[in-house]
Amino acid sequence: MPQEVGRQYKEIMKKYLESHSEEDLYVGQQFSRRFIEKEIAPEDVISIHKTALFELHPELRNEVWDSLDFLIEMMIHYGLTLREHQSLIQKQEAIQMEMNVATKVQDTLLKTKMPSVNGLDVGYISQPAKQMNGDYVYFLNHKHESGVAVADVIGKGIPAALCMSMIKFGMDGLSDENTSPRNVLGIINRIVEKGVDDSMFISMFYGKYNSEDTTFSYASAGHEPALHFDSRKDVFTELDAKGLLLGVKPDAEYEERSVVLHDGDFIAMMTDGVTETRTEEGFIDMHTIQNLLHDVKDKTAQQIAEYVYNHLASLQNYRLSDDFTIVIFKKEPEQV
Amino acid sequence: MQEMNLQVELLEQNSVQYFKVVGEIDAFTAPVLRERLAAVENVDGLKAELDLSEVDYMDSTGLGVFVGFYKAVSANGGHVKITGLNKRLNRLFEITGLNEIIDIEQKESEDHNATL
Repeated sequence: MPQEVGRQYKEIMKKYLESHSEEDLYVGQQFSRRFIEKEIAPEDVISIHKTALFELHPELRNEVWDSLDFLIEMMIHYGLTLREHQSLIQKQEAIQMEMNVATKVQDTLLKTKMPSVNGLDVGYISQPAKQMNGDYVYFLNHKHESGVAVADVIGKGIPAALCMSMIKFGMDGLSDENTSPRNVLGIINRIVEKGVDDSMFISMFYGKYNSEDTTFSYASAGHEPALHFDSRKDVFTELDAKGLLLGVKPDAEYEERSVVLHDGDFIAMMTDGVTETRTEEGFIDMHTIQNLLHDVKDKTAQQIAEYVYNHLASLQNYRLSDDFTIVIFKKEPEQV
Repeated sequence: MQEMNLQVELLEQNSVQYFKVVGEIDAFTAPVLRERLAAVENVDGLKAELDLSEVDYMDSTGLGVFVGFYKAVSANGGHVKITGLNKRLNRLFEITGLNEIIDIEQKESEDHNATL
């Protein structure tokens, strides 16, 4: 094929050398696309030129041939750079493909269903900073109980989506007696620890509301503490519980705690995309979040989540620096 | 985009591999740190000390590097110590429970990058 290209090049050049016309020059310009299509390197283009010229005008002086050899040497690094550039584009396309697959997995396979138990109003927002969300929310419903996992997976693409599926299918496989927060985290930790590579890990908060005794029990695997709003005292309390990130140590143990919820109380579970919001002036602090939550304490759970999101996203000019997830469990009067 | 600046200096003192890390550890700079640490993590019985007193900011990607390093070094019977954490970084190690398994020393001086 290169001979064919060379032959055509010679014909086009010959015409131009005879006519000196704009049209023939234009034909040559169009022909250069074929070099690109056939991935002919810049130095090879000059070789083709040299061969063609020699066949048309063998009488030219040696300096011409030598100078063309010199030019070929000059072009070698351009050729290398071009090939590097092309391989980067290919790699980028491959990564984009992987991201698309992972996002699809996340959107379809990893879907979750909002719980509905008597006396609990649930709302949440999970907004990715980029295409793929590293935060994951999964609800688990058992008769009078509503559980929620709020997780932050470190890592992106397919591995992160696989981690999330470990959480989801791990949780789906739990039998009813195993859904206490400490058990959930212990079991998911063993699954994840076997399945992830060394620099990957997950932080996860697991909380469960029991509508029979209106308690909220929780455990944390290296996750941001949740906030409990006590409507009778009008104060917030951080709900932290000792526990290591998932996927670091196989025999990690998780502390479990609980709190009783009264009408008007709510729990806010977040990822560090909320608590570590970084603005031009620096990081926001917990009081900022508490004040925001307090502003809308009488609204529905979904309105509370949206208010916090809208406010903190506007502080960052709507360009999130990290995935943003907030889940609200609000105790409301039971309906008879 | 923020400045992509992170320096990692390695000194060997009495058989302890002492790393001085300077800059911000985030998704852009973490690969630099990972590469430097990976070069020593498989040494049997490695004693490593990571000085983070000149690190003002680290995100979860950075934490991932330390988790990976800790796991590899522990698997080879070694020991990792992290020193010079400011208040914010120290909180990160506390929340994640990593302070229970990694040897951690907080910065003595006042945290100069306190929350605004």
